Amino acid sequence: MEKNVILSLKNVSKTFPVGKSLLGRPTKFVHAVNDVSFDVYEGETFSIVGESGCGKSTTGRLINHLLIPDSGEIWFQGKEISHISQDEMRPIRKDMQMIFQDPAGSLNPRMRVSELIEEPLLIHTDMSAEERAKIVNNLLKIVGLSDKHASRYPHEFSGGQKQRIGIARALTVNPHLVIADEPISALDVSIQAQVLNLLHKLQEEYKLTYVFISHDLSVVEMISDRIAVMYLGFVVETAPKEMLYKTPLHPYTEALLSAVPIPDPTLHKERIILEGDIPSTINLPKGCPFAARCKKCRPECLEQRPERVEVEPGHFVACHLYKK
Amino acid sequence: MSQEVLLSVKDLRTEFFSSKTSSVTAIKDVSFDMYRGEVLGLVGESGCGKSVTSLSIMQLLKDTPGKVTNGSATLDGVNLVEASDTQIRDIRGGKMSMIFQEPMSALNPSMRIDKQMIETIRLHQDMTKEQALAHAADMLKKVGIPDPARVLKNYPHQLSGGMSQRVMIAMALSNNPELLIADEPTTALDVTIQAQILDLMKKLQKEDGSSILLITHDLGVVAEMCTRVIVMYAGKIVEMAPVEKLFATPSHPYTQGLIASVPKLGSGVKVLPSIPGSVPDLASMPTGCRFAPRCKYATDKCREQEPELLDISEDQKCRCWRTQEG
Repeated sequence: MEKNVILSLKNVSKTFPVGKSLLGRPTKFVHAVNDVSFDVYEGETFSIVGESGCGKSTTGRLINHLLIPDSGEIWFQGKEISHISQDEMRPIRKDMQMIFQDPAGSLNPRMRVSELIEEPLLIHTDMSAEERAKIVNNLLKIVGLSDKHASRYPHEFSGGQKQRIGIARALTVNPHLVIADEPISALDVSIQAQVLNLLHKLQEEYKLTYVFISHDLSVVEMISDRIAVMYLGFVVETAPKEMLYKTPLHPYTEALLSAVPIPDPTLHKERIILEGDIPSTINLPKGCPFAARCKKCRPECLEQRPERVEVEPGHFVACHLYKK
Repeated sequence: MSQEVLLSVKDLRTEFFSSKTSSVTAIKDVSFDMYRGEVLGLVGESGCGKSVTSLSIMQLLKDTPGKVTNGSATLDGVNLVEASDTQIRDIRGGKMSMIFQEPMSALNPSMRIDKQMIETIRLHQDMTKEQALAHAADMLKKVGIPDPARVLKNYPHQLSGGMSQRVMIAMALSNNPELLIADEPTTALDVTIQAQILDLMKKLQKEDGSSILLITHDLGVVAEMCTRVIVMYAGKIVEMAPVEKLFATPSHPYTQGLIASVPKLGSGVKVLPSIPGSVPDLASMPTGCRFAPRCKYATDKCREQEPELLDISEDQKCRCWRTQEG
């Protein structure tokens, strides 16, 4: 694979204010994303996994300029985009589209499917109505619907079909990068497979790059080339898929992988059961974010944030166990 | 495993009425026996009727348009469908209790945990408030809550998702139920917390030999927890088998498709086999086999006549013409 970096995050952080003092100033901050850095290569599927509240969706929104980071840089196709204006961002969005988790919530219920799908074309191009209709009908076919669906409204479709409409809409303007935030989590098992296969097919046809955000490690294994594991707003491990699943280095990744129930009753694996809950992101621990639940925790883990080290080529981990 | 029947469900049908005369049938012809000490899984996708089945058994459809219109569910000799309100109130929370998917919405948000637990315990056991409080603390300890005294003084919103699910389990088990119905108990939880809760449920089940009816859409959870599995599709049972058999030799095409379409950790596949189409609408069920429109083996007979749920071996039942006729 040719390694052209299409997207690069450098030390990106984002906090949200919570609580108010007498003067209306925020008293506390949620540290949603902390010092996150990674590169995404052209044509690959880069997945961000983690549990709820780990900052994976916030990261997706930061990339798509739906949120502005407090610090750090986001480079997309050779341009720093984190602090540009909405007007400057608009043409860039053409190359960067998003698919959301809740297909019903992301489609305007008062718009016909054809209007929903052609909307990006109205914004980004000056095509005639016929040209647009042609593209819409073609896209409907590609995502497994038919042109007779074009005049219907979203409520007439099932969840899986709605997600197909969401995917078609993301593809109208021929984006290079598609950010998919839990695109199949709201769907039933038998429909999940259909949509996953569709995403896979589209990637091959259109040479798409995916940033795939998910909590489901079995799905991520299927679709990804490289994976970043997030915990408490930090990226704790980044690695190509094979390495991550075969030799997870970070104790959190290890526990996360072992927690996944496997649909095979003959398999009896030893499970690492993590104690306790995920700590609050308001008061971040001073040392390693995972220290409080880690079985291999050492004194320095409570004191010092671990640096990111490259243990083998392409395999990064932030953990004191792997210090040089 | 003892083969003593604890719960026997026969020809259960539940309809939801939109007016006096028009209704949709959510579940139909649901019959199964549940044995003492087993963990019976009830799986299927959304709308297949798995939750309606459990709500019908628990008689929790009172305030909904839903009504059991046929059949029986017998627990320890009592037909729950025909039981009076007082009888049911006595059984629910006592002999039979339930854990829900959303622990947060199943707990009363305006009541402290101690009050809720004491109320539950005293409804079914002859205890003073102090005894009940001590019992509540014991139960919380049993479900792995490190600091029961503090949790008892909390309101539900002060607890995390995993914590409140533990409280729910403690509450459900506080009267030594003979049957525990768990409706998607870990679906709202994160994987590492799910692992904790499943581990806990397995441990408690082993210790007490309790019988659990586990409702879930997650085949991973089924493989992990259950001894026997019922698969539902479009309001009917399509297959019933011991868990090893179900995964090794699924006989209904829907079960086969369902198992094949789940990505398995470590399998290394890129494209999954998928079931085409989607679940039929309850109001317009296909005639014949309900899975026929999505089934790759469907014949004219499948589209015209509905198959029965029949034994295909000693411990496996299937609702499919193809397997029944060889």
